[in-house]
Amino acid sequence: MTTKLAVNLPELQERARRQWDDLKHGDQPILWVGVGTCGLAAGAAKALTAAREELAAHGIEARIVPVGCIGACYLEPMLDIEEPGGPRVCYAEVTPEKARLIVQSHLVEGQPRPDLALGTVGEVEAPGIPRLFDLPMFAPQVRIVTRNLGLINPEEIGHYIADGGYGALQRALGMDPVAVIKEVEKSGLRGRGGGGFPTGRKWRSGREAHGEPKYVICNGDEGDPGAFMDRSVMEANPHAVIEGMMIGAYAIGSHQGFIYVRNEYPLAVVRLTKALEDARKHGLLGDNILGTEFSFDVRISRGGGAFVCGESTALMASLEGRPGEPRAKYVHTVEVGLHGQPTVLNNVETWANVPLIIARGGAWFASIGTEKSKGTKVFSLVGKVRNTGLVEVPMGMTLREIVFDIGGGIPDDKAFKAVQTGGPSGGCIPAQFLDTPVDFDRLTELGSMMGSGGLIVMDEDTCMVNVARYFLEFLQKESCGKCTVCREGVSQMLFLLNRICAGEGREGDVEVLLDLCELLENAALCGLGTTACNPVRSTINYFRGEYDEHIREKHCPAHECRGLFRYEIVAEKCRGCMACLKECPQGAISGERRKPHTIDQEKCVHCGLCFAACRFDSIAKV
Amino acid sequence: MEIEIARPDYDAATKVVIERYGRDPGFLIPMLQDLQNDFGYVPREAMEMVAEVLHIPLSQCYAVATFYTSISLVPRGRHLITLCLGTVCYLKGAREIGESIQRLLNVAFGGTTDDRLFTFQPVNCLGACALAPVMMIDDEYFDKVKLRQIPDILAKYSAQEKRGDY
Repeated sequence: MTTKLAVNLPELQERARRQWDDLKHGDQPILWVGVGTCGLAAGAAKALTAAREELAAHGIEARIVPVGCIGACYLEPMLDIEEPGGPRVCYAEVTPEKARLIVQSHLVEGQPRPDLALGTVGEVEAPGIPRLFDLPMFAPQVRIVTRNLGLINPEEIGHYIADGGYGALQRALGMDPVAVIKEVEKSGLRGRGGGGFPTGRKWRSGREAHGEPKYVICNGDEGDPGAFMDRSVMEANPHAVIEGMMIGAYAIGSHQGFIYVRNEYPLAVVRLTKALEDARKHGLLGDNILGTEFSFDVRISRGGGAFVCGESTALMASLEGRPGEPRAKYVHTVEVGLHGQPTVLNNVETWANVPLIIARGGAWFASIGTEKSKGTKVFSLVGKVRNTGLVEVPMGMTLREIVFDIGGGIPDDKAFKAVQTGGPSGGCIPAQFLDTPVDFDRLTELGSMMGSGGLIVMDEDTCMVNVARYFLEFLQKESCGKCTVCREGVSQMLFLLNRICAGEGREGDVEVLLDLCELLENAALCGLGTTACNPVRSTINYFRGEYDEHIREKHCPAHECRGLFRYEIVAEKCRGCMACLKECPQGAISGERRKPHTIDQEKCVHCGLCFAACRFDSIAKV
Repeated sequence: MEIEIARPDYDAATKVVIERYGRDPGFLIPMLQDLQNDFGYVPREAMEMVAEVLHIPLSQCYAVATFYTSISLVPRGRHLITLCLGTVCYLKGAREIGESIQRLLNVAFGGTTDDRLFTFQPVNCLGACALAPVMMIDDEYFDKVKLRQIPDILAKYSAQEKRGDY
């Protein structure tokens, strides 16, 4: 074992602060550009190229700082401009044209553009531009885990250290490991991956378990469709996750960690890999960390595209190079986990909370949230809601505040119908429970669950039977097939739901579904199977009328289930443009130019292409 | 993504991949994925070598390769169309988009077109829900996709091929 030079954290901090000051107080303007997956997908690279060209055209030299997603994904691509000593002004939905315009006005002419700006970030303000975090979508949030997102360069360890990063690690290394665990217990932190198991208790079991080596694992297999909190954190602040894992490893006595990242998150792998390399280079990972006896390192592994691998035992099987099949947990993984050794597994957000708990104290963390759910929760607020993106709120905030105050309500004047939480393991919560405070236990009482934190808003156009069908189809594809109840039960439920959505449902189908729910809940091997009942049971509980209408009247009230509603042309609105006629693969539409067309219902296969083709809203679903 | 279908020297590339992960059988999935990146799929020859070097049964490699959807044992098309079927994309019309792609290319979910130009791979969630519906062709993202854009998007790639842009 080679002993490295003892690394001195204050020295690193000093260097990092100087680096940060050089950036912030240098003589060049700074362009902060959001390059998370959502920013890149929305066109951040094109906007940046345009901005660079404009800068070059005017001979301006600027520092370009790539940052993660600040959370307002619907406003991507985002580009912030900061002149030396001036305000950092955030511009949203930056197209290449807009990028040129902003650079021209803000940097060449020295005039920030309040008409194009979203808000200012930081202490310096600009006249006529609100502070970003005072905006309605940010103001009610409490940003703890996401405090750095979009504000620091995730590929610069110095930015993280300048913000106090790795200070918690040093503090923990000066404490007795048991004292670290006590602090986490005091905080009341519960696992953010969905189950909500008390983290401190898990760590204590891990410490007390017999066997060497012990492992820590970060579960970054964020499989719930509609959830991307962990992706954002890994992409925008990877060092927080690593620091949390290091503190956990120290507390339980582990020297090896693994981060298991979904295959669909290539950028997260890149950022984490860079972060690990930098941490090693600075003596924060490896042997004798910060001059102590503590040695630890982390390896990254990628998932293979299997939802079930979010389940801890399946994930560990996957990390052993085997198919991701779960096992029964008579013996907990903290005692017999990866390679049969004691293993503490937490999800990304849980690990990212740890440094703050150690830095600010468990009591501080416990002062936020509700009686049994402490701290904040990061949600991905998506679906039929105006302000989609990442939100972090204290536990106990109501769904109404999240959906309507932060989310800005439902677009297009549609009515709110339900919010789906917890992914395929969760359920749909209807409007009458909008004032429910959100925490682990309340969501479970309502027949849903916290899950990893996806909040999917559904409006009047969403058919709740079809939502249940969608999730069961998902689960049927993802069921590993090891236990019969899940393999056959989920398939049978899907068969019934398919039948109902196709207009072939029979009286009694709903009762059979409920029986199957009970069976799965009691007899399936792992969490995927036991919670598969939630999407079905919650929609039956709260939207029984929709099931009955499908079965008895062969009609889908939300006009979503194909064949259970008709497309008709509204003669008054139809301009006879022939767009729908050309699209129709069945030749079911007839009519002459400039005269209203008609649909032959006998020939129509309800594919919806005419509906998509019409630019005059003249095709109605009835 | 450049894919070479017939590459005679499996050995050298496979060795590189195995060493990249320190011959640790725990990293079998990333190894197979890297091989897939190199060859466009996981050829039997490469898999046999992995099994031999890691001292694990070939059946374990096969079990892993067939369990995880990201790994393919048959050659894939030149372009990979990844369609997000996450909840939000689904609510916003991804199903219809998927059907349109199937119809236009005459390809099944997970299948490859006869001319080996496209492989169509729906995925559970790309995690970019704010931009739903989202699809990717190779590394290029298409956000807020509308059903009527699909023919043009696909045509662009087919036309590139005809012009010989590769």
